Amino acid sequence: MNLDPLHLCLLLSAALFCAGLAGVLSRSGAIFALLGIELMLNAANLNFAAFWRHGQAAAPDPILFVLFSIAVAAAEAAVGLALVIAFYRHRRTSRLPAASRLKG
Amino acid sequence: MPVTLETFPLALRDWLCAFLPQEFHWLLSGLLVIIAILTVFGLGFAFITVAERKFLGRFQNRIGPNRVGPFGLLQPFADAVKALTKEDIVPATADKLPHFLAPCVIVSGALLCFAVLPYGRHLVPADLDAGLLYFFAAGAFTELAVFMAGWSSHNKFSLLAGIRALAQLVSYELPLLLATLPAVMAARSLNLQTIVGSQSPAAGLKAGFLPNWHLFSPWGAAGFLIFLIAAIAESNRSPFDLPEGESEIIAGHLTEYSGFKYALFFMGEYFGLIALSGFCATLFLGGWQAPYAALEVIPSWVWFGLKVAALIFTFIWIRATFLRLRMDQLMRFSWKFLLPLALINLGTAAFWLLTAHWQGAWWIALRWFAAAALVIAPYSILGRRLFRGLGARTYEYAPNN
Amino acid sequence: MIPPPLPVLAAIAAAALLTAALAMMLRNLIHSALLLVLTWVFVAFFYLWAGAPFLAFAQVVVYVGAISMVVLFAVLLTRRHDPAKPTRPASLARACSALAVSGGAFAVLAWAVLQWRPVPGNPPPAEPSVATLGAALAGPQLHALLITGVILTATLIGAALIASPVEKPDSSQ
Repeated sequence: MNLDPLHLCLLLSAALFCAGLAGVLSRSGAIFALLGIELMLNAANLNFAAFWRHGQAAAPDPILFVLFSIAVAAAEAAVGLALVIAFYRHRRTSRLPAASRLKG
Repeated sequence: MPVTLETFPLALRDWLCAFLPQEFHWLLSGLLVIIAILTVFGLGFAFITVAERKFLGRFQNRIGPNRVGPFGLLQPFADAVKALTKEDIVPATADKLPHFLAPCVIVSGALLCFAVLPYGRHLVPADLDAGLLYFFAAGAFTELAVFMAGWSSHNKFSLLAGIRALAQLVSYELPLLLATLPAVMAARSLNLQTIVGSQSPAAGLKAGFLPNWHLFSPWGAAGFLIFLIAAIAESNRSPFDLPEGESEIIAGHLTEYSGFKYALFFMGEYFGLIALSGFCATLFLGGWQAPYAALEVIPSWVWFGLKVAALIFTFIWIRATFLRLRMDQLMRFSWKFLLPLALINLGTAAFWLLTAHWQGAWWIALRWFAAAALVIAPYSILGRRLFRGLGARTYEYAPNN
Repeated sequence: MIPPPLPVLAAIAAAALLTAALAMMLRNLIHSALLLVLTWVFVAFFYLWAGAPFLAFAQVVVYVGAISMVVLFAVLLTRRHDPAKPTRPASLARACSALAVSGGAFAVLAWAVLQWRPVPGNPPPAEPSVATLGAALAGPQLHALLITGVILTATLIGAALIASPVEKPDSSQ
């Protein structure tokens, strides 16, 4: 079988996504989970760029979508880490199992 | 193209390229650009260190280095020999790989910044469409390097320096970026060569006699000052040298570095300083343009060098003049003063650009007055708020006058 | 002159995957974060390879310049005693099941990707200039840009509010 560059791009993105998924699922540190989620977001962005490069889209819309996605990822990281810090202030830990109660 | 002083560097490159077959021209010309940047700015770094020590000496009423070579000019080479022959000490508990990589990252990040600066009318190594964004992307590695150095040294002072550096560099990156945006709005491009072109003297002089640089407009002056302050903070220089702070945290992230790695950190910081000066000259001081069309007999790259040298002299002057800030003052200054001013400056620039068609003496006077008011009013209001509740300083054991 | 794109892509992919996998396996959180920064840089290289330099620079500015800083800062603030303290997987069973789930997900995705046959399409699109991107942002995508701006402002204020210390009612009075 012959591998198209697009195949390689999509496989790369799938592999990155699954690496992030494995990281999120196997650890219970909140910051580590955030890192894994960022990696998964990046993998999704890769797909947009790959389809733009090899697909039929002539307009730069996929690129703009990735730009927005990067901006939202930055917002997500900021809020997520603020939550981690606020949580740490209450419980002196940043591990997720400690966050099973809603009452502070 | 006739060979003049203006095109001399290009002619030299073409002459050297002619020795090789056609297929290797792209490789050789690329290598030549890299060699030129490394040589010019490597020597620039060496002599800026001498200049800094000499000038600081003058500012502090002493002589400065004067033993090695005429007027102490060979001092940097003696320093280099010293740094190279010193023992390279790595702490036993240090995180070896980040500890080794940190000085490399800081130097290479700073060197990457040089790739997009327009040094002359025809001298720009990489004329990127998004040159401004590239510059900030390449500059992003400095913060990482300082953090890596501070964290991997496994030393309380270094770790403090790492935290301080992270907080400081993130806070001052924002005003730095926002201060450059009005220049982008004026040029309608992120390409640095286009930004230089938008300040050409051919488009007429500002207010009749000032060069057509962004510095000489209300938003440009404000942006220039904000950029200058944020640039000092970004390059970790006094009065914003908290990460180093040799009198409080013993040179911070540099505590556990010695010999050549220590010299590499200095090289990286000075490269960053030169790159930021060149960037500042490009955005606000007309880049390689001569101030007046009549002065264009002097080649453009000489003008660029002169502007960078003037900016670096300003940085040295500021270092000799101001005291180091405290951490809370540093953060408050960035978030409550510089950042709002930079945001308001965007509005000022928008007003200035939208009123570009106003004609007649009264309208032009109104335009200048309104723009100046938009700059000065927030400055005085925010400045008062910054110092609210602070009276004259009193000393416990000194008599108050 | 310019190397053929496929080996370059393969090299970028290998480097990105290697750093990402190492980052997810290491026990030291700071090492993971630093390695993940490298992954983000390689993703930026991928954007360069795909012919979207604007995207690559934006990726480096946001991820290396901002997100990594915030992550490292949070790590230092929440690990008071020893920032190098290792974080283990919660248990061996959990690590195995995580690997199995992600391996399964990858198998499904890879199968789907390999099923697809390339259709002979248009030639690759021209590199979009910054001016095109700007025109699209200020024209058809204007509301998306504005909404993103509102979201970013709201999250900035929200993050500052969440992370600022709670003023407890003063018990001493």
